[in-house]
Amino acid sequence: MTPLLAVKSIAKSYGGRIGCSDVSFDLYPGEVMGVVGESGSGKSTLLNCLAGHLAPDGGEVLFDTRADGPRDTLQMSEPERRMLSRTDWAFVHQNPRDGLRMNISAGGNVGERLMAVGARHYDGIRNKAEDWLGRVEIEVDRMDDRPSAFSGGMQQRLQIARNLVTGPRLVFMDEPTGGLDVSVQARLLDLLRGLVRDLGLSAIIVTHDLAVVRLLADRLMVMKSGRVVESGLTDQVLDDPQHAHTQLLVSSVLHV
Amino acid sequence: MIHVRNVAKSFTLHNQDSTVIEVMQGASFAVAPGECIALTGNSGTGKSTLMRMIYGNYLAASGSIMVGGVDVAKAAPREILQLRRDTLGYVSQFLRVVPRVATLDVVAEPLLAVGTDKDVALDKARGLLARLNIPQTLWGLSPTTFSGGEQQRVNIARGFAYDYPAMLLDEPTASLDATNRETVLSLIKEAKARGAAIIGIFHDQSARDRVADRELDVFIFAPKAAA
Repeated sequence: MTPLLAVKSIAKSYGGRIGCSDVSFDLYPGEVMGVVGESGSGKSTLLNCLAGHLAPDGGEVLFDTRADGPRDTLQMSEPERRMLSRTDWAFVHQNPRDGLRMNISAGGNVGERLMAVGARHYDGIRNKAEDWLGRVEIEVDRMDDRPSAFSGGMQQRLQIARNLVTGPRLVFMDEPTGGLDVSVQARLLDLLRGLVRDLGLSAIIVTHDLAVVRLLADRLMVMKSGRVVESGLTDQVLDDPQHAHTQLLVSSVLHV
Repeated sequence: MIHVRNVAKSFTLHNQDSTVIEVMQGASFAVAPGECIALTGNSGTGKSTLMRMIYGNYLAASGSIMVGGVDVAKAAPREILQLRRDTLGYVSQFLRVVPRVATLDVVAEPLLAVGTDKDVALDKARGLLARLNIPQTLWGLSPTTFSGGEQQRVNIARGFAYDYPAMLLDEPTASLDATNRETVLSLIKEAKARGAAIIGIFHDQSARDRVADRELDVFIFAPKAAA
Protein backbone atom coordinates (compact mmCIF):
# COMPACT_ATOMS: atom_id res chain seq x y z
CA MET A 1 0.00 0.00 0.00
CA THR A 2 1.23 3.49 -0.85
CA PRO A 3 1.40 5.82 2.13
CA LEU A 4 -0.95 8.79 1.85
CA LEU A 5 1.77 11.00 3.20
CA ALA A 6 5.48 10.18 3.25
CA VAL A 7 7.57 12.68 5.17
CA LYS A 8 11.33 12.61 4.72
CA SER A 9 13.87 14.46 6.87
CA ILE A 10 11.88 17.64 7.41
CA ALA A 11 13.92 20.37 9.05
CA LYS A 12 13.10 23.93 9.95
CA SER A 13 15.15 26.36 11.97
CA TYR A 14 14.40 29.87 13.09
CA GLY A 15 17.78 31.56 12.73
CA GLY A 16 20.09 29.60 15.00
CA ARG A 17 17.24 27.85 16.81
CA ILE A 18 15.94 24.48 15.78
CA GLY A 19 12.20 24.38 15.06
CA CYS A 20 12.19 20.75 14.06
CA SER A 21 14.92 18.54 12.74
CA ASP A 22 15.17 15.32 10.75
CA VAL A 23 11.53 14.26 11.10
CA SER A 24 10.48 11.32 8.89
CA PHE A 25 7.40 9.11 8.91
CA ASP A 26 4.81 7.44 6.68
CA LEU A 27 1.09 7.92 7.22
CA TYR A 28 -1.22 5.35 5.63
CA PRO A 29 -4.86 5.87 4.57
CA GLY A 30 -7.20 5.70 7.56
CA GLU A 31 -4.42 6.16 10.09
CA VAL A 32 -4.53 8.76 12.83
CA MET A 33 -1.21 9.87 14.20
CA GLY A 34 -0.71 11.93 17.32
CA VAL A 35 2.25 14.24 17.87
CA VAL A 36 2.89 15.08 21.49
CA GLY A 37 5.50 17.06 23.34
CA GLU A 38 5.84 20.07 25.62
CA SER A 39 5.33 23.59 24.36
CA GLY A 40 8.29 24.53 22.24
CA SER A 41 9.10 20.95 21.27
CA GLY A 42 8.48 21.75 17.60
CA LYS A 43 5.20 19.95 17.06
CA SER A 44 3.30 22.93 15.68
CA THR A 45 6.27 23.91 13.51
CA LEU A 46 6.23 20.40 12.07
CA LEU A 47 2.48 20.52 11.42
CA ASN A 48 2.74 23.88 9.68
CA CYS A 49 5.60 22.64 7.51
CA LEU A 50 3.58 19.61 6.46
CA ALA A 51 0.46 21.63 5.72
CA GLY A 52 2.35 24.14 3.60
CA HIS A 53 1.94 27.06 6.00
CA LEU A 54 5.66 27.26 6.63
CA ALA A 55 8.47 26.54 4.20
CA PRO A 56 10.85 23.96 5.70
CA ASP A 57 14.61 24.33 5.16
CA GLY A 58 14.89 20.83 3.80
CA GLY A 59 13.21 17.50 3.32
CA GLU A 60 10.31 16.11 1.32
CA VAL A 61 6.56 15.83 1.89
CA LEU A 62 5.19 13.28 -0.57
CA PHE A 63 1.41 13.27 -0.82
CA ASP A 64 -0.40 10.56 -2.76
CA THR A 65 -2.46 12.79 -5.09
CA ARG A 66 -5.63 11.44 -6.70
CA ALA A 67 -4.47 12.24 -10.21
CA ASP A 68 -0.72 11.71 -10.31
CA GLY A 69 0.19 9.53 -7.33
CA PRO A 70 2.87 10.61 -4.84
CA ARG A 71 4.18 14.14 -5.39
CA ASP A 72 6.38 16.37 -3.30
CA THR A 73 4.07 19.14 -2.11
CA LEU A 74 7.06 21.33 -1.30
CA GLN A 75 7.98 21.40 -4.99
CA MET A 76 4.45 22.18 -6.17
CA SER A 77 3.48 25.58 -7.46
CA GLU A 78 1.49 27.76 -5.07
CA PRO A 79 -1.82 27.38 -6.99
CA GLU A 80 -1.43 23.60 -7.05
CA ARG A 81 -0.79 23.48 -3.33
CA ARG A 82 -3.72 25.80 -2.64
CA MET A 83 -6.01 23.56 -4.65
CA LEU A 84 -4.80 20.55 -2.70
CA SER A 85 -5.44 22.33 0.58
CA ARG A 86 -9.02 23.00 -0.53
CA THR A 87 -9.85 19.58 -1.90
CA ASP A 88 -7.76 16.95 -0.16
CA TRP A 89 -6.53 18.58 3.03
CA ALA A 90 -8.16 20.20 5.99
CA PHE A 91 -6.60 22.17 8.78
CA VAL A 92 -8.32 22.53 12.14
CA HIS A 93 -6.79 25.37 14.13
CA GLN A 94 -6.59 25.45 17.90
CA ASN A 95 -8.35 28.79 17.90
CA PRO A 96 -11.55 28.53 15.83
CA ARG A 97 -11.27 32.22 15.00
CA ASP A 98 -8.19 31.39 12.91
CA GLY A 99 -10.13 28.89 10.84
CA LEU A 100 -13.51 30.60 10.56
CA ARG A 101 -14.74 33.81 9.02
CA MET A 102 -16.36 35.47 11.97
CA ASN A 103 -18.46 37.95 9.99
CA ILE A 104 -20.40 35.55 7.82
CA SER A 105 -23.09 33.12 8.96
CA ALA A 106 -22.40 29.57 10.11
CA GLY A 107 -24.01 28.23 6.95
CA GLY A 108 -21.92 30.64 4.89
CA ASN A 109 -18.74 29.40 6.54
CA VAL A 110 -19.49 25.86 5.45
CA GLY A 111 -20.80 26.88 2.04
CA GLU A 112 -17.78 28.99 1.26
CA ARG A 113 -15.54 25.91 1.22
CA LEU A 114 -17.91 24.23 -1.21
CA MET A 115 -17.96 27.27 -3.49
CA ALA A 116 -14.15 27.37 -3.40
CA VAL A 117 -14.12 23.97 -5.11
CA GLY A 118 -16.73 24.97 -7.66
CA ALA A 119 -20.20 24.38 -6.16
CA ARG A 120 -22.63 27.02 -7.47
CA HIS A 121 -26.13 25.71 -6.87
CA TYR A 122 -27.56 27.60 -3.87
CA ASP A 123 -29.99 24.95 -2.68
CA GLY A 124 -27.41 22.24 -3.00
CA ILE A 125 -24.87 24.23 -0.99
CA ARG A 126 -27.41 25.12 1.66
CA ASN A 127 -28.61 21.54 2.00
CA LYS A 128 -25.10 20.23 2.32
CA ALA A 129 -24.24 22.91 4.88
CA GLU A 130 -27.37 21.95 6.83
CA ASP A 131 -26.38 18.29 6.75
CA TRP A 132 -22.91 19.07 8.07
CA LEU A 133 -24.14 21.37 10.83
CA GLY A 134 -26.33 18.46 11.92
CA ARG A 135 -23.38 16.07 11.92
CA VAL A 136 -21.41 18.33 14.22
CA GLU A 137 -24.48 18.79 16.40
CA ILE A 138 -25.26 22.43 15.69
CA GLU A 139 -29.01 23.08 15.54
CA VAL A 140 -30.23 24.04 12.12
CA ASP A 141 -31.91 27.18 13.42
CA ARG A 142 -28.44 28.56 14.23
CA MET A 143 -27.41 28.27 10.59
CA ASP A 144 -27.85 31.96 9.82
CA ASP A 145 -26.16 33.17 12.99
CA ARG A 146 -22.60 34.39 12.91
CA PRO A 147 -19.94 32.31 14.66
CA SER A 148 -19.23 35.28 16.92
CA ALA A 149 -22.55 34.47 18.62
CA PHE A 150 -21.45 30.84 19.26
CA SER A 151 -19.78 29.34 22.32
CA GLY A 152 -16.16 28.16 22.02
CA GLY A 153 -17.18 24.52 21.66
CA MET A 154 -19.73 25.34 18.95
CA GLN A 155 -17.18 27.44 17.08
CA GLN A 156 -14.77 24.51 17.15
CA ARG A 157 -17.45 22.14 15.83
CA LEU A 158 -18.33 24.64 13.11
CA GLN A 159 -14.68 24.81 12.12
CA ILE A 160 -14.64 21.04 11.81
CA ALA A 161 -17.77 21.07 9.63
CA ARG A 162 -16.25 23.77 7.41
CA ASN A 163 -13.11 21.67 7.02
CA LEU A 164 -14.71 18.32 6.35
CA VAL A 165 -17.52 19.37 4.02
CA THR A 166 -15.35 19.05 0.93
CA GLY A 167 -14.44 15.44 1.77
CA PRO A 168 -10.71 15.81 2.45
CA ARG A 169 -8.48 12.78 2.80
CA LEU A 170 -6.00 14.24 5.26
CA VAL A 171 -6.81 16.41 8.25
CA PHE A 172 -4.23 18.38 10.20
CA MET A 173 -5.33 19.31 13.70
CA ASP A 174 -3.51 21.66 16.01
CA GLU A 175 -4.70 21.19 19.59
CA PRO A 176 -8.31 20.68 18.49
CA THR A 177 -9.56 20.42 22.07
CA GLY A 178 -7.30 23.06 23.62
CA GLY A 179 -9.10 25.72 25.60
CA LEU A 180 -12.37 23.82 25.83
CA ASP A 181 -13.79 22.60 29.11
CA VAL A 182 -13.79 18.86 29.73
CA SER A 183 -17.41 18.04 28.98
CA VAL A 184 -17.21 19.90 25.66
CA GLN A 185 -13.90 18.16 24.98
CA ALA A 186 -15.44 14.73 25.51
CA ARG A 187 -18.23 15.57 23.08
CA LEU A 188 -15.80 16.86 20.49
CA LEU A 189 -13.53 13.82 20.84
CA ASP A 190 -16.43 11.46 20.39
CA LEU A 191 -17.52 13.41 17.33
CA LEU A 192 -14.03 13.43 15.82
CA ARG A 193 -13.57 9.73 16.42
CA GLY A 194 -16.86 8.94 14.73
CA LEU A 195 -16.07 11.14 11.73
CA VAL A 196 -12.56 9.77 11.31
CA ARG A 197 -13.86 6.20 11.37
CA ASP A 198 -16.94 6.74 9.20
CA LEU A 199 -15.16 8.78 6.55
CA GLY A 200 -11.92 6.77 6.61
CA LEU A 201 -9.88 9.92 7.15
CA SER A 202 -6.19 10.09 7.86
CA ALA A 203 -5.25 12.66 10.44
CA ILE A 204 -2.28 14.19 12.19
CA ILE A 205 -3.18 15.57 15.58
CA VAL A 206 -0.82 17.82 17.48
CA THR A 207 -1.59 18.09 21.15
CA HIS A 208 0.01 18.13 24.57
CA ASP A 209 -2.91 16.20 26.03
CA LEU A 210 -2.04 12.51 26.35
CA ALA A 211 -5.64 11.52 27.10
CA VAL A 212 -6.70 13.00 23.75
CA VAL A 213 -4.19 10.96 21.78
CA ARG A 214 -5.04 7.80 23.67
CA LEU A 215 -8.62 8.14 22.47
CA LEU A 216 -8.00 9.40 18.97
CA ALA A 217 -4.62 8.30 17.68
CA ASP A 218 -3.48 4.90 16.41
CA ARG A 219 0.15 5.91 16.55
CA LEU A 220 2.17 8.41 18.44
CA MET A 221 5.28 10.49 17.89
CA VAL A 222 6.91 12.12 20.91
CA MET A 223 8.95 15.26 20.25
CA LYS A 224 11.53 17.05 22.32
CA SER A 225 13.64 20.03 21.27
CA GLY A 226 12.56 19.68 17.64
CA ARG A 227 13.40 15.99 17.34
CA VAL A 228 11.33 12.83 17.48
CA VAL A 229 12.53 10.90 20.53
CA GLU A 230 10.10 8.00 20.40
CA SER A 231 7.34 6.70 18.17
CA GLY A 232 5.08 3.69 17.99
CA LEU A 233 1.66 2.33 18.72
CA THR A 234 -0.19 4.81 20.95
CA ASP A 235 -0.98 2.47 23.84
CA GLN A 236 2.50 0.95 23.73
CA VAL A 237 4.22 4.35 23.90
CA LEU A 238 1.95 5.50 26.75
CA ASP A 239 1.96 2.25 28.75
CA ASP A 240 5.57 1.18 28.19
CA PRO A 241 7.50 4.34 27.28
CA GLN A 242 11.15 3.71 26.45
CA HIS A 243 12.67 7.17 26.26
CA ALA A 244 13.41 9.19 29.37
CA HIS A 245 11.41 12.16 28.10
CA THR A 246 8.31 10.08 27.31
CA GLN A 247 8.52 8.48 30.75
CA LEU A 248 8.62 11.94 32.26
CA LEU A 249 5.60 13.11 30.21
CA VAL A 250 3.55 10.03 31.05
CA SER A 251 4.41 10.09 34.74
CA SER A 252 3.53 13.78 34.96
CA VAL A 253 -0.12 13.29 34.03
CA LEU A 254 -2.49 13.90 36.89
CA HIS A 255 -5.22 11.34 37.32
CA VAL A 256 -8.66 12.46 38.40
CA MET B 1 -1.55 -20.00 16.64
CA ILE B 2 0.57 -18.17 19.22
CA HIS B 3 4.31 -18.89 19.40
CA VAL B 4 6.40 -17.11 21.99
CA ARG B 5 10.14 -17.68 21.57
CA ASN B 6 12.92 -16.62 23.89
CA VAL B 7 11.24 -13.39 24.95
CA ALA B 8 12.92 -11.11 27.48
CA LYS B 9 11.62 -7.97 29.13
CA SER B 10 13.11 -5.31 31.35
CA PHE B 11 11.94 -1.89 32.40
CA THR B 12 14.40 1.01 32.55
CA LEU B 13 13.25 3.85 34.75
CA HIS B 14 15.27 6.76 33.37
CA ASN B 15 13.90 9.27 35.81
CA GLN B 16 14.42 7.13 38.88
CA ASP B 17 18.21 6.73 38.93
CA SER B 18 17.99 4.78 35.67
CA THR B 19 16.99 1.70 37.62
CA VAL B 20 16.73 -1.36 35.41
CA ILE B 21 14.19 -3.96 36.45
CA GLU B 22 14.68 -7.34 34.82
CA VAL B 23 11.29 -8.99 34.59
CA MET B 24 11.61 -11.93 32.29
CA GLN B 25 14.01 -13.86 30.12
CA GLY B 26 13.87 -16.88 27.86
CA ALA B 27 10.08 -17.08 27.80
CA SER B 28 9.06 -19.70 25.23
CA PHE B 29 5.77 -21.51 24.73
CA ALA B 30 3.07 -22.09 22.13
CA VAL B 31 -0.71 -22.23 22.10
CA ALA B 32 -2.57 -24.27 19.49
CA PRO B 33 -6.01 -23.43 18.05
CA GLY B 34 -8.74 -24.68 20.38
CA GLU B 35 -6.38 -24.75 23.32
CA CYS B 36 -6.57 -22.66 26.50
CA ILE B 37 -3.54 -22.21 28.68
CA ALA B 38 -3.60 -20.55 32.06
CA LEU B 39 -0.71 -18.39 33.21
CA THR B 40 0.01 -18.87 36.90
CA GLY B 41 2.52 -17.52 39.36
CA ASN B 42 2.57 -15.14 42.28
CA SER B 43 1.67 -11.53 41.90
CA GLY B 44 4.55 -9.66 40.30
CA THR B 45 6.02 -12.62 38.40
CA GLY B 46 5.01 -11.06 35.08
CA LYS B 47 1.77 -12.74 33.98
CA SER B 48 0.16 -9.50 32.86
CA THR B 49 3.45 -8.25 31.43
CA LEU B 50 3.73 -11.36 29.28
CA MET B 51 0.14 -10.96 28.14
CA ARG B 52 0.65 -7.29 27.33
CA MET B 53 3.74 -8.11 25.29
CA ILE B 54 1.73 -10.60 23.24
CA TYR B 55 -0.86 -7.87 22.64
CA GLY B 56 1.87 -5.41 21.60
CA ASN B 57 1.02 -3.11 24.48
CA TYR B 58 4.47 -3.66 26.03
CA LEU B 59 7.58 -3.80 23.92
CA ALA B 60 9.51 -7.09 24.14
CA ALA B 61 13.24 -6.46 24.69
CA SER B 62 14.19 -9.48 22.55
CA GLY B 63 12.81 -12.69 21.12
CA SER B 64 9.83 -13.19 18.84
CA ILE B 65 6.07 -13.37 19.42
CA MET B 66 4.28 -14.85 16.43
CA VAL B 67 0.51 -14.47 16.39
CA GLY B 68 -1.18 -15.67 13.20
CA GLY B 69 1.94 -15.00 11.12
CA VAL B 70 2.77 -11.56 12.52
CA ASP B 71 5.75 -11.02 14.81
CA VAL B 72 4.32 -8.66 17.39
CA ALA B 73 7.78 -7.97 18.79
CA LYS B 74 8.88 -6.37 15.52
CA ALA B 75 5.72 -5.41 13.60
CA ALA B 76 4.89 -1.84 12.55
CA PRO B 77 2.03 -0.12 14.42
CA ARG B 78 -0.42 -0.59 11.58
CA GLU B 79 0.32 -4.33 11.35
CA ILE B 80 -0.39 -4.67 15.06
CA LEU B 81 -3.60 -2.66 14.71
CA GLN B 82 -4.74 -4.93 11.91
CA LEU B 83 -3.85 -7.99 13.98
CA ARG B 84 -5.88 -6.64 16.88
CA ARG B 85 -8.81 -5.97 14.60
CA ASP B 86 -8.86 -9.31 12.77
CA THR B 87 -7.05 -11.88 14.87
CA LEU B 88 -6.20 -11.06 18.44
CA GLY B 89 -8.71 -10.09 21.12
CA TYR B 90 -7.88 -8.89 24.62
CA VAL B 91 -10.18 -8.66 27.60
CA SER B 92 -8.43 -6.52 30.18
CA GLN B 93 -9.49 -5.97 33.76
CA PHE B 94 -10.61 -2.46 33.06
CA LEU B 95 -13.03 -1.02 30.59
CA ARG B 96 -11.63 1.95 28.69
CA VAL B 97 -14.17 3.72 26.50
CA VAL B 98 -14.87 7.05 24.92
CA PRO B 99 -17.29 9.09 27.01
CA ARG B 100 -20.87 9.36 25.71
CA VAL B 101 -20.89 6.18 23.61
CA ALA B 102 -23.82 3.86 24.35
CA THR B 103 -23.11 0.42 25.82
CA LEU B 104 -24.66 -1.36 22.85
CA ASP B 105 -22.33 0.48 20.46
CA VAL B 106 -19.32 -0.19 22.69
CA VAL B 107 -20.04 -3.93 22.48
CA ALA B 108 -20.80 -3.91 18.73
CA GLU B 109 -17.72 -1.88 17.81
CA PRO B 110 -15.25 -4.78 17.25
CA LEU B 111 -17.75 -6.30 14.80
CA LEU B 112 -18.30 -3.03 12.95
CA ALA B 113 -14.52 -2.60 12.74
CA VAL B 114 -14.21 -5.78 10.67
CA GLY B 115 -17.07 -4.68 8.42
CA THR B 116 -19.94 -6.72 9.84
CA ASP B 117 -23.37 -5.51 8.79
CA LYS B 118 -24.70 -3.05 11.37
CA ASP B 119 -27.90 -4.97 12.15
CA VAL B 120 -26.07 -8.25 12.57
CA ALA B 121 -23.50 -6.59 14.84
CA LEU B 122 -26.15 -4.96 17.03
CA ASP B 123 -28.08 -8.23 17.29
CA LYS B 124 -25.01 -10.08 18.46
CA ALA B 125 -24.27 -7.29 20.96
CA ARG B 126 -27.84 -7.46 22.33
CA GLY B 127 -27.54 -11.22 22.71
CA LEU B 128 -24.28 -10.96 24.66
CA LEU B 129 -25.52 -8.19 26.93
CA ALA B 130 -28.62 -10.21 27.71
CA ARG B 131 -26.57 -13.34 28.45
CA LEU B 132 -24.37 -11.35 30.80
CA ASN B 133 -27.42 -9.96 32.62
CA ILE B 134 -26.94 -6.30 31.79
CA PRO B 135 -30.47 -4.82 32.18
CA GLN B 136 -31.88 -3.67 28.87
CA THR B 137 -32.59 -0.22 30.33
CA LEU B 138 -28.83 0.37 30.47
CA TRP B 139 -27.98 -0.55 26.87
CA GLY B 140 -28.51 2.98 25.56
CA LEU B 141 -26.34 4.55 28.26
CA SER B 142 -22.59 5.02 28.40
CA PRO B 143 -20.93 2.38 30.59
CA THR B 144 -18.68 4.98 32.24
CA THR B 145 -21.21 5.40 35.05
CA PHE B 146 -21.85 1.67 35.60
CA SER B 147 -20.77 -0.29 38.66
CA GLY B 148 -17.45 -2.15 38.57
CA GLY B 149 -19.07 -5.53 37.97
CA GLU B 150 -21.30 -4.18 35.20
CA GLN B 151 -18.32 -2.55 33.47
CA GLN B 152 -16.44 -5.83 33.68
CA ARG B 153 -19.35 -7.65 32.03
CA VAL B 154 -19.65 -5.00 29.29
CA ASN B 155 -15.93 -5.46 28.73
CA ILE B 156 -16.39 -9.21 28.38
CA ALA B 157 -19.33 -8.80 26.01
CA ARG B 158 -17.18 -6.52 23.87
CA GLY B 159 -14.29 -8.98 23.96
CA PHE B 160 -16.46 -11.87 22.81
CA ALA B 161 -18.54 -9.96 20.22
CA TYR B 162 -16.20 -10.84 17.37
CA ASP B 163 -14.87 -14.40 17.00
CA TYR B 164 -11.16 -13.75 17.33
CA PRO B 165 -8.91 -16.69 16.38
CA ALA B 166 -6.69 -15.81 19.36
CA MET B 167 -7.70 -14.32 22.69
CA LEU B 168 -6.01 -12.97 25.80
CA LEU B 169 -8.10 -12.93 28.96
CA ASP B 170 -6.83 -11.07 32.02
CA GLU B 171 -8.91 -12.23 34.99
CA PRO B 172 -12.20 -12.43 33.12
CA THR B 173 -14.05 -13.94 36.08
CA ALA B 174 -12.78 -11.59 38.77
CA SER B 175 -15.46 -9.63 40.63
CA LEU B 176 -18.33 -11.57 39.06
CA ASP B 177 -21.13 -13.38 40.88
CA ALA B 178 -21.68 -17.12 40.41
CA THR B 179 -24.26 -16.85 37.60
CA ASN B 180 -22.20 -14.46 35.50
CA ARG B 181 -19.08 -16.46 36.20
CA GLU B 182 -20.80 -19.49 34.69
CA THR B 183 -21.75 -17.45 31.62
CA VAL B 184 -18.18 -16.28 31.12
CA LEU B 185 -16.84 -19.83 31.50
CA SER B 186 -19.25 -21.08 28.87
CA LEU B 187 -18.28 -18.21 26.54
CA ILE B 188 -14.66 -19.33 26.92
CA LYS B 189 -15.62 -22.96 26.23
CA GLU B 190 -17.57 -21.92 23.14
CA ALA B 191 -14.58 -19.91 21.90
CA LYS B 192 -12.34 -22.96 22.38
CA ALA B 193 -14.84 -25.15 20.58
CA ARG B 194 -14.75 -22.91 17.50
CA GLY B 195 -10.96 -23.14 17.52
CA ALA B 196 -9.73 -20.04 19.33
CA ALA B 197 -6.30 -20.16 20.94
CA ILE B 198 -6.67 -18.67 24.42
CA ILE B 199 -4.22 -17.46 27.03
CA GLY B 200 -5.81 -16.60 30.35
CA ILE B 201 -4.99 -15.43 33.83
CA PHE B 202 -7.46 -16.86 36.35
CA HIS B 203 -6.93 -16.36 40.05
CA ASP B 204 -9.85 -18.63 40.74
CA GLN B 205 -8.53 -22.22 40.81
CA SER B 206 -11.88 -23.83 40.01
CA ALA B 207 -12.41 -21.60 36.97
CA ARG B 208 -8.91 -22.47 35.82
CA ASP B 209 -9.58 -26.20 36.20
CA ARG B 210 -12.70 -25.98 34.12
CA VAL B 211 -11.44 -24.16 31.05
CA ALA B 212 -7.64 -24.50 30.96
CA ASP B 213 -5.99 -27.43 29.18
CA ARG B 214 -2.70 -26.77 30.91
CA GLU B 215 -1.02 -24.36 33.25
CA LEU B 216 2.15 -22.41 32.74
CA ASP B 217 3.98 -21.05 35.78
CA VAL B 218 5.50 -17.76 34.65
CA PHE B 219 8.05 -18.04 37.48
CA ILE B 220 10.20 -20.32 35.30
CA PHE B 221 10.83 -17.29 33.05
CA ALA B 222 12.13 -15.14 35.93
CA PRO B 223 15.66 -13.81 35.24
CA LYS B 224 18.21 -16.16 36.74
CA ALA B 225 20.51 -13.36 37.86
CA ALA B 226 17.86 -12.06 40.23
CA ALA B 227 17.29 -15.46 41.82
